[in-house]
Amino acid sequence: MALVLTEEQVMLKESAAGLLAEKAGVAQLRALRDADDELGFSRDVWQEVVAMGWPGIAVAEAYGGLGYGYTGLGLVLEQAGRHLSPTPLQASVLVGATAINELGSEAQKQALLPALAAGEVLVSLALQEGAQHAPEQTALTAVADGDGYTLTGNKILVLDALAADHFVVIARTAGSAGDSEGLTAFLVPAEAKGLTVERRSMVDSRGVGALRFDGLRLDADAVMGEPGQAWAGLSRTLDIANIGLASELLGLATEAFELTVAYLKERKQFGKLIGSFQGLQHRAAELFAELELARSIVLQALQAIDADDPELPKLASAAKAKLCEVAQRATNEGIQMHGGIGMTDEYDIGLFIKRARVAQHCFGDYNYHLDRFARLSGF
Amino acid sequence: MSKLEEFRAETRAWLEENCPPAMREPVRSFEDLYMGGRNPEIAHPEQKVWCDRMAARGWTVPHWPREYGGGGLDKEECKVLQQEMARINARRPLDSFGISMLGPALLQFGNEEQKLEHLPPICRGEIRWCQGYSEPNAGSDLASLQTRAEDQGDHYIINGQKVWTSYADKADWIFCLVRTDNSGSKHEGISFVLFDMDSPGVSTRPIRLISGSSPFCETFFDNVKADKRNLVGEEGKGWTIAKYLLTHEREMISGFGAAPKKSLGEAALETLGADASGRLGNGILRHTIAQYQLDALAFAATMSRVGDEAKAGQGLGAASSIFKYYGTELNKRRNELNIAIGGEAALGWEGEAYNGGVTSRDWLRSKGNSIEGGTSEVQLNIIAKRVLGLPD
Ligand SMILES: Cc1cc2nc3c(=O)[nH]c(=O)nc-3n(C[C@H](O)[C@H](O)[C@H](O)COP(=O)(O)OP(=O)(O)OC[C@H]3O[C@@H](n4cnc5c(N)ncnc54)[C@H](O)[C@@H]3O)c2cc1C
Repeated sequence: MALVLTEEQVMLKESAAGLLAEKAGVAQLRALRDADDELGFSRDVWQEVVAMGWPGIAVAEAYGGLGYGYTGLGLVLEQAGRHLSPTPLQASVLVGATAINELGSEAQKQALLPALAAGEVLVSLALQEGAQHAPEQTALTAVADGDGYTLTGNKILVLDALAADHFVVIARTAGSAGDSEGLTAFLVPAEAKGLTVERRSMVDSRGVGALRFDGLRLDADAVMGEPGQAWAGLSRTLDIANIGLASELLGLATEAFELTVAYLKERKQFGKLIGSFQGLQHRAAELFAELELARSIVLQALQAIDADDPELPKLASAAKAKLCEVAQRATNEGIQMHGGIGMTDEYDIGLFIKRARVAQHCFGDYNYHLDRFARLSGF
Repeated sequence: MSKLEEFRAETRAWLEENCPPAMREPVRSFEDLYMGGRNPEIAHPEQKVWCDRMAARGWTVPHWPREYGGGGLDKEECKVLQQEMARINARRPLDSFGISMLGPALLQFGNEEQKLEHLPPICRGEIRWCQGYSEPNAGSDLASLQTRAEDQGDHYIINGQKVWTSYADKADWIFCLVRTDNSGSKHEGISFVLFDMDSPGVSTRPIRLISGSSPFCETFFDNVKADKRNLVGEEGKGWTIAKYLLTHEREMISGFGAAPKKSLGEAALETLGADASGRLGNGILRHTIAQYQLDALAFAATMSRVGDEAKAGQGLGAASSIFKYYGTELNKRRNELNIAIGGEAALGWEGEAYNGGVTSRDWLRSKGNSIEGGTSEVQLNIIAKRVLGLPD
């Protein structure tokens, strides 16, 4: 496939940029943060996003989506990254709907995907338990109990937890922490008895929560796919999630870089624009080259999802690792090249570094994915 | 069968029949490349056979027009030819500065007579060219060059010195930047002329490199006569041509950034062994290799993307500078890793035990990649100023 955007994709990218910049930009993020908003996003703005049809972009037409593929969703996420847009696009559209699609039974897909595509329902993945992403370390137990299961344990870093209507919960039904076998996915309604959702406050001011399961009872039809066999579907979900986050990080890093270059053309010291200092010029030029590489690997990875490329796992880790590296560098250099003003809350660059680190961490950071990339490359 | 598939079938059959077995062996070093010329350096007798057969079809330069000795193939056909050559590991039949540098500039700026005179011998591998740009006092600041050309009516008389002229002692002709006017700014008054290296007054002195070979020379011009028919473009307007040619040179050099067939990770695993979990034992080395492989993958994707975008009419400004900078730095990283992985074996200089020292010599040669064709620092200057619009 040609590594180039089609005209349609370019139009989608532009319309996403327009709406998100106006309705869900940095100013809205600040307002939500300063109001200590519980959800971390605005339902009204979300309705406008829904009206654009974006929640259905990557959902198959058979399930009421647009069947437009993940490359299209990636372009929207890139714009969400540029504007630091607080919406459930990541939690529910990228990860939640993909988890349902990859792990759910036909009945579960029929029941949820059309509503997800229409933006009427929000689904979030409950996976992480410890400080680091380590899916095979899942310890939350689901014990068979008559014709159902009882879930006990904790989950953290559940995106948009307070807004979600359902959770896809990864639990252990067999084996022990460290095994990739024996994991089962369950579909759990947010209001289920025995589930407590607690708001957590993270550095990026987005809506994140922790879940506690106190002997929560589920019927057998809450199981997604075959018991004990969630690994393959979970891995593919995570590959797609990481490529989506890499798209977001691409937009974020590009915007942080452009903010910085604009400042280099504006700020004067020693009687000259600071952008005339070669020490800064070369660092900016190197970063620009890195951003070009980042853009290419993200596009290649997005296309690999849509083309069912067998190299998807490796490309997913490549894209996430590269974007973690580049977003980290772009945001760090962004602050440094702004000098003191870059350290102020009033100036936007700080919001970029905060969101970058959380998006980098979610579903595996640079260290995790570079290691996985090496393993999948055979060494 | 579509026309393209027919072309593929014919090409496959022809290559099977005509590509000599020795030309399906991997290229081990620069010496295995065939550069043609009046007195070609021949590492293997089949090099010339292969070049002649390919040239007869125009396939030494498949994308050039047929009337100038090329193959007249479109982009799709070129791709098929490349794929079919790769399928049997066929070597490129001919590598030369004529193909990668002068040709594109002549096609763009030369007159019809110049194209007809100079392009076909390039395609046939009959004339080998060298590049007379750098001078002792004009390196990165190329436009300050001082080699003089005096107007003598129908010809110029050239005096001065060039340096770092790759293969000047082997080349038949030179494309040369000379000063025809000293009165304006340094970018004005430069002219782009071609002349025969056998002309009276031309002499060369090879310079030995850290890698042990002597591919480049000091080149002296002492009252050398150059016919005005061989002035390319207008007198005094050579700088535009010089820069255009440099973008092609940079793309050629950045091709060194392509990752090797066998990945470094696999090579390291073979040489150094795995730990109990099957990973490369030394975690620090593994990390460095993984970083390299990740960047090599993203670099390859960028080359494809920019190529595809150019076809679709979307372009990235100063792409050649980004590729030159990144590709050469990447190639240096790869060569450093070869040394780290190979250890003592990679540091050998000569002899059977060290395979003639190819690893260490390639490593040393790679240091020049980020200097030749404009240094990495100069590329970063170009990106900063032309692409990012940063001030002087
Ligand atoms: C292997 C090899 C083959 C070559 N082949 C040819 C050939 O065939 N024909 C030909 O004409 N030339 C050839 N060259 C020459 C090459 O183009 C020059 O070496 C190159 O342009 C640099 O010039 P210089 O050597 O004078 O270095 P200098 O320009 O003196 O540079 C020295 C250092 O200063 C830095 N520097 C210079 N200016 C700046 C600046 N403005 N900002 C920041 N840093 C700067 C450079 O990046 C470099 O690190 C070849 C060189 C090599 C190594």
